[in-house]
Amino acid sequence: MASLTHASSAGPIRRALSRFFENGAAVVGLAILIPILVLTLTYDLWWLHKPNDIDLLAMNQGPSSAHWLGSDGVGRDIMARLLQGGRISLLVATVSMAISTFLGFFIGAIAGFAGRFVDGATMRFVDLAMTLPPVIFLLVLASIVGSGIVPTIFVISLLSWPVLSRMVRARLLELRERDFVVASRGMGAGLWHLLIRHGLPNTIDILVVYATLQVANGILLEAGLSFLGLGVTPPEASWGNMLNAARATHVLENYPWQWMFPGGALVVTVLAINFVGDGLRDAFDPRSELK
Amino acid sequence: MLQYILRRTAVGLLMLLALTVLIFTLLRLTPGDPIDAYVNPSVPISASDLEMLRTRLGLERPLPVQYFAWLGAALMGDFGYSIQYNGEGVLPLVLSRIGPTILLMFSGLVIAAVVGISTGIFAAVRRNKLADLSLSTAAFVGISSPAFLTALLGLYVFAVNLRWVPAGGMLTPGAPFSVGDLLAHLILPATLLSIGHGALIMRYMRSSLLEVLSQDYVRTARAKGVREFWVIVKHAVRNALLPVITLIGSTIGIAIGGAIFIESVFDWPGMGLLMVNAVVRRDYPVIMCATLLTGACVILVNLLTDIAYAAVDPRIKVA
Repeated sequence: MASLTHASSAGPIRRALSRFFENGAAVVGLAILIPILVLTLTYDLWWLHKPNDIDLLAMNQGPSSAHWLGSDGVGRDIMARLLQGGRISLLVATVSMAISTFLGFFIGAIAGFAGRFVDGATMRFVDLAMTLPPVIFLLVLASIVGSGIVPTIFVISLLSWPVLSRMVRARLLELRERDFVVASRGMGAGLWHLLIRHGLPNTIDILVVYATLQVANGILLEAGLSFLGLGVTPPEASWGNMLNAARATHVLENYPWQWMFPGGALVVTVLAINFVGDGLRDAFDPRSELK
Repeated sequence: MLQYILRRTAVGLLMLLALTVLIFTLLRLTPGDPIDAYVNPSVPISASDLEMLRTRLGLERPLPVQYFAWLGAALMGDFGYSIQYNGEGVLPLVLSRIGPTILLMFSGLVIAAVVGISTGIFAAVRRNKLADLSLSTAAFVGISSPAFLTALLGLYVFAVNLRWVPAGGMLTPGAPFSVGDLLAHLILPATLLSIGHGALIMRYMRSSLLEVLSQDYVRTARAKGVREFWVIVKHAVRNALLPVITLIGSTIGIAIGGAIFIESVFDWPGMGLLMVNAVVRRDYPVIMCATLLTGACVILVNLLTDIAYAAVDPRIKVA
């Protein structure tokens, strides 16, 4: 009896967490992701090469004890560039995730709560933004703002919010008719109060899942842009622009370690984040407890 | 039915119109003087002529007026001149690149549909067995790996190391045109393009078929003593295909996005390569024309998918 009341008194967040940790794939994802994060964030403390140090005596060398993952065309250490590139890729992905989650929540929430006219106008705009294939939109925006870390973050953020705003709007349209919201409104609550006190806690599951998957998406978009030479520009390393080097046939053919490691890191990280995201989605879905 | 088609077409046209507004606004946000787009850069022009042209094009008039002038010119096929190709007209340039892109995308789509649908059926029939699990894992990896990476890897393995196929381009330069040569160049990029889309189709086909297999009419068919093979093929797959066909139409954007990366890795002379080069060289007239045409294609494909779906599924008309 005691354990029963204990289980039913645990909050929704805690129950979601315990469901998350019962999901094998999600835990594996987390177990891959945490070391990647630790390695990229701390590498300059324990790795002796710097990502932009040029060593002309060690050009295009394969993996060795001095350069574990080999070196590139001007003798820069691939391991250091891989970890620095991971740092940049994760930075771009995380910051753009934060911006697009913010935009997506507020635009979707305002569309859901602020009445039919605002709703119609915003959602038609979202429809329009989703007509164009994302990569085309990405190219058009990139051609306007240029390349570099900040423009890349800007472009990815601007591209990604419509999906989220649509999900938030759908949830809040339903929430708007619920008694506690109607009551709150009747007592004179303003739009801001409704958004923060009622909208935010009731969409937190959508936001967490979106934010997680958006980090993976942001890594892919950054890599795609940098691969085409339109994102993060050299000499700054990113996984995308390290892959860009392989567009030269002699690099692709003769020095596979220069592009296979960043490519592998990219896929492993994205897969791990997707596992975690799927795990969170299942964990936050109350129906999954019935099974 | 006719009313439905007319309504969907009207919505499509409105979307297209809104898209032109969006594209025009973006065009005016770009750095630089908009008049550059209308001057053939290989022909010298004097300052007074430039002013005259500016007045004739109405570039000193308010933006809405300019928009309608631009729209009128665009409808007549005048998108200005390309900056990077010595002032070639934009529309002929873009149109000359559509053929190769359609060839690549169509081949990729056919491979994705055939492979995705058949493996999806296979995985659903062998649900939770080894074949299903390995196919589902492969599909998960396929969806998660970006097109540029699979393109690089495919190029490295099949063109550079194994030398089964040529490493890029659409035709061997200097050689007389032959279908075999074209196919040899096409097979690798088309297969690589189909990976992401095919994996998505496989997952949808699997879950759609699993849902159909639990329906009453499937149980009835089995109870009548129909052989399992015919239950799957005649009763289940036919019904499970419907949502998959919609998926193929509505995810055409994924194929277009993938095509851009595949084209730039394989030097395939299509719209994607043209557009990437145009972005690198800030060739705005080409970017805008290519974007508008792509958007128009997506809207058209979505419209056709909706109509085809309504034609096949009579329940749509009620809604």
